[in-house]
Amino acid sequence: MSSPKEVLLNPIFNNNPIALQVLGICSALAVTVNMTTTLVMCAAVIFVTTMSNFAVSLIRNHIPNSIRIIVQMTIIASLVIVVDQVLQAVAYEISKALSVFVGLIITNCIVMGRAEAFAMKNPPILSAIDGFGNALGYSVILVGVAFFRELFGSGTLMGFEILPKVTEGGWYAANGFMLLPPSAFFLIGLFIWAIRAFKSDQVEEAEYKIADNVQYKEAL
Amino acid sequence: MGLRSFMDGIAPNFEKGGKLQAFYPVYEAIDTALYTPSYTTGGASHVRDHLNLKRIMMTVWLAAFIPVLVGSYFTGYYANGAMAELGMTSVDNWRSVFLDTLTAYNPASVWDNVVHGLAYFIPLYITVFVAGIIFEAWFASKRGHEINEGYFVTSILFTLTLPASTPLWMAAVGIIFGVVLGKEVFGGTGKNFLNPALTGRAFLYFAYPAQMSGDAVWVAVDGYTRATPLGNAALGEDYGVSWFNAFVGNMPGSFGETSTLAILIAACILLATRIASWRVMLGVLLGMVATAGLFNLIGSDDNPMFGMTPMWHLVLGGFAFGAVFMATDPVSAAMTNRGRLFYGLLIGFMCVLIRVVNPAFPEGMMLAILFGNLFAPLIDHSVVQGNIKRRLARV
Repeated sequence: MSSPKEVLLNPIFNNNPIALQVLGICSALAVTVNMTTTLVMCAAVIFVTTMSNFAVSLIRNHIPNSIRIIVQMTIIASLVIVVDQVLQAVAYEISKALSVFVGLIITNCIVMGRAEAFAMKNPPILSAIDGFGNALGYSVILVGVAFFRELFGSGTLMGFEILPKVTEGGWYAANGFMLLPPSAFFLIGLFIWAIRAFKSDQVEEAEYKIADNVQYKEAL
Repeated sequence: MGLRSFMDGIAPNFEKGGKLQAFYPVYEAIDTALYTPSYTTGGASHVRDHLNLKRIMMTVWLAAFIPVLVGSYFTGYYANGAMAELGMTSVDNWRSVFLDTLTAYNPASVWDNVVHGLAYFIPLYITVFVAGIIFEAWFASKRGHEINEGYFVTSILFTLTLPASTPLWMAAVGIIFGVVLGKEVFGGTGKNFLNPALTGRAFLYFAYPAQMSGDAVWVAVDGYTRATPLGNAALGEDYGVSWFNAFVGNMPGSFGETSTLAILIAACILLATRIASWRVMLGVLLGMVATAGLFNLIGSDDNPMFGMTPMWHLVLGGFAFGAVFMATDPVSAAMTNRGRLFYGLLIGFMCVLIRVVNPAFPEGMMLAILFGNLFAPLIDHSVVQGNIKRRLARV
């Protein structure tokens, strides 16, 4: 069994749920247009993943194997409803901005994946740490994506003006592409590129290799 | 052979262990552009032909200068015309330094128009070329492969798709995006599944719509608005240009796309030298004619684009330019002969479909070709599998 420290820190760069496992991409595209909503979304996912891992792990020996997915879903859905209601009560504006995506945390592959892959086989505390770590790994990428999307798309960070826009008398021509969801694909791709340049063990083996060019004389 | 011995003389500096080893790809690119390289493939492919990738790309590059000159003429013609209309006697940007002495901004003078147009084209082209080649060379030296002449084509085609008033930094951002994310991340020329020039152009289109579309950007004079005929057509207005003028290129638009005549001359060169695939061009044309004809037949009361005839689809917007220069890109197009025809048909169909049915995009050619690029491997796969099946049945 791995140590709690490994369980917590591995998902951040070594086994990132978005960058290596490529899970949870949908919400990474949808909610990263500005930092504020992203941070709230990350907090919600951290809460749900930690608590669901903990709860699933607590009853893991009592769940009948054939209906385990349904039981996990029930737990996750209950937690998401709690988060959704709290958000509507406390931060209504942000809840409006996040719209359906809070509800869609239920379908986030990371939450389900950790419950199924980790919490079903490990004790509660370790499972909670694992859920927290994975949600943190998810958050690192999301915040990174949101940082570039908001900075280059709107010239602001958390709503504060960083790059004064041409349309408001400044010098920065806002990049409209960054406001469109597909830009998150490019940014996540670039993050994956950066992480793999740094940690080369994550690079997949090439499927084929093209022969090198050789000198004419050598080829004879 | 003074040049050959000079190149051989400086070669040791660039080879392994030399002082300028990091710049080997640059040396290699210049050397092999001047002389046929002595390197060959050691593996299984053996084709004896004097026409290699470099010569192919150079021919396309030279053919693209016909739309450059004609496009520059009309860019200058419209800019000079707009200046006369606004009562301006000099351009209000840095170009006035040399334009004032070289030209009188007279729209009736061919010289004035060409020089004024080139004053927009040349800085854009130099910016695009330098910005892209830096990244191309950087990737080449990191990966230890060669700089490819494909970049000459990419850079000039990319520049030709831009409106004359594009800011230089924006052009640089676009081409860097196209070269890095459209080509180099997939392994460089030959492994890109998208046309890098169009990838960069599409990025600019979505990133800076205000500078890439609308009606303020097509004439290179600040504050002068004039919509493209295709933009007018989408709004149901008069095209504002006769068919013959549109065919010759006498209308506002991006550098290279306006003159269908110049593009057809370039197409003749590319077809005569067998560099571009006639199947792709024919497919695009047939796809466009069939789809536009179909929409003509269906007709519509509230969408004027349904009534645009194939003759007009051919001369307006980037259709001709895309069909001749962009869709025929040998790397991102389909590789099988039958596949090329289907690939062309798909592009022609998508182009008209986007132009007619989607009011958000008056121009559909760029998106249609990128769409076609995505489907090219699938088309090839089906053609190959179909061939295998057909021949198996004969056994």
